[in-house]
Amino acid sequence: MARIRAFENAAEEASRGSVAAFGASLAQSNIRGPLHLSTGQEAVAAGVCINLEKDDYVTSTHRGHGHTLAKGASMERTMGELFGRATGFNRGKGGSMHIADFSVGMLGANGVVAAGMPIAVGAAHAVKIKNEKRIVACFFGDGAVNRGPFLEALNWAAIHALPVLFVCEDNRWSATTATDSMTAGEGALARAAAIGVQGSEVDGNDVFAVDEAARGLISEVRSKGPRFLHAVTYRFKGHVSVDAAGYRDGAEVARALENDPLALARKRIGEADARRIEQEADKEVRRAVQAASDAPWPDARDAYRDVQDTGSDQWR
Amino acid sequence: MALMTYAEASWASLRASMLARPEVVVVGEDVGRGGIFQQYKGLQQEFGAARVVDTPISEATIMGAAVGMALAGLRPVVEMRVVDFALCAMDEIVNQAAKARYMFGGQGRVPLVARLPIGLWAGSAAQHSQSLEAWFAHVPGLVVVTPATPQDNYSLLRAAMDCGDPVIYMEHKELWGLQGEVQDEAVPLGRARVVREGKDVTLVTWSRTVHTALEVKSSKSVEIIDLRTLWPWDRETVFASVEKTGRLIVVHEAVQAAGFGAEIAATVAEELGVPVKRVGAPRIPVGYSKPLENEARVTAERILQSLQ
Repeated sequence: MARIRAFENAAEEASRGSVAAFGASLAQSNIRGPLHLSTGQEAVAAGVCINLEKDDYVTSTHRGHGHTLAKGASMERTMGELFGRATGFNRGKGGSMHIADFSVGMLGANGVVAAGMPIAVGAAHAVKIKNEKRIVACFFGDGAVNRGPFLEALNWAAIHALPVLFVCEDNRWSATTATDSMTAGEGALARAAAIGVQGSEVDGNDVFAVDEAARGLISEVRSKGPRFLHAVTYRFKGHVSVDAAGYRDGAEVARALENDPLALARKRIGEADARRIEQEADKEVRRAVQAASDAPWPDARDAYRDVQDTGSDQWR
Repeated sequence: MALMTYAEASWASLRASMLARPEVVVVGEDVGRGGIFQQYKGLQQEFGAARVVDTPISEATIMGAAVGMALAGLRPVVEMRVVDFALCAMDEIVNQAAKARYMFGGQGRVPLVARLPIGLWAGSAAQHSQSLEAWFAHVPGLVVVTPATPQDNYSLLRAAMDCGDPVIYMEHKELWGLQGEVQDEAVPLGRARVVREGKDVTLVTWSRTVHTALEVKSSKSVEIIDLRTLWPWDRETVFASVEKTGRLIVVHEAVQAAGFGAEIAATVAEELGVPVKRVGAPRIPVGYSKPLENEARVTAERILQSLQ
């Protein structure tokens, strides 16, 4: 959690002035384009991924740095990717929204809401066909429950009894709109139950609670089939790093900050351990930023690599 | 091997790929019953329901799950029934399948074959009769294949299964019953076929209009080229022919405006500076009633007119 927080803070700093959206101006910055921060949501990634094996798969969202780091990806190469450098996991071709580390089973963040869900289900189906032991943890946001692939993917996982843990990381906001105002009925968990996928709701700011809930559900996923975890948390920052989120009620944000997952964990583990962990995380992220800053840019000719093999010499 | 229909040829081809590669699986609606054109007949009985997977009517997830399967080491064949229904899965085709290898920096690949039959299907009206091949040829990362004969449907499907990148495999909705001799021979992707030699004009086409072009009774000596693969398209064969004839006409069943014929005509005009012409459907949806439907057809008469 502390590593994710330190990473998000450093990424936010490196993105200042990065996109001409939300009233910000376009300027030079190390991280370009939209940067979706998971600050405040760290307990969900950490509490779920601590229960995964290296071989297990993860699919993620546009807000995916936390899932990537929690699954075991190197912070240096993650930051390198955000900086667009050749040393990044995607060799600079993906950036924040497409960060992936296949070597630890992290099958990619995704720029399209809910688009990771069918991919997660397909990866789980492959696991079943190949008779492997892995499972898939499929992270998606509260906005995703209003897209068609949510229904399709849950239904598919249920009829084929696939090893998927669906994790609804509910940060209460769909871009700049409160999700509650756009969601009919009883919400994510009720919709999953209607399809026959059982699960539970958990305080997504309490990493110990997420860990316990995820552990139980993952053990059922491994033996029985798909399960659903609805983790309620809060997005501390705006939709993207340069979004000041002035559309939110100040009291709502203040309440959320009182429930900072890192502060809650600090109470449980004690001040000394918390400080040591945070200092280590700070050191790690400083090294990662330095390494990313020093890393080489991709060669412009790499723009033509890994498009496709057939016709790989035909560009027009 | 034998006389086969276009559907049977694809069946024999897929079966051969399934025997050769344990990672080949089929996903789609009704495949267990053989598929609506019977191109999967008996495959579930032979290879089991784990490899020939019946799915709900969930086009987005059929396509998206196939991407996930491919990233996790399988080689899925994706049954979409007709290209018109694949429009429910455009995000999964364009943003996911076509992009995954590139945007993940080569960490993963998506070796799938998506079957999206094109073409005017008699009496089936506007939502079952489209030829949208140009949409997919426009997207980097995709290979686009349009077989016109039973032999090519056998050979090109095998090549597509071996490709390693996402292939949009577009059979024609009205060619399923077409019969022809089929040999177990290899045809590489990206290679056109000179169907008939000629010296006055080069006619480039694909899919069903290959057969329509052969019906044309022109006083001119027309060299007919079946492009077979739209991306990458065989510039070498087309250029060699046009250098000989000095004239190009491109014929396709798709709407002419912004069709793939425009790409070929423009490239040939740019590179060789010869006169070019296009023949495609008018920019109207396909109507149900016969006189309306006929307006959308690219006939031998219309091709002949443009040759004069």
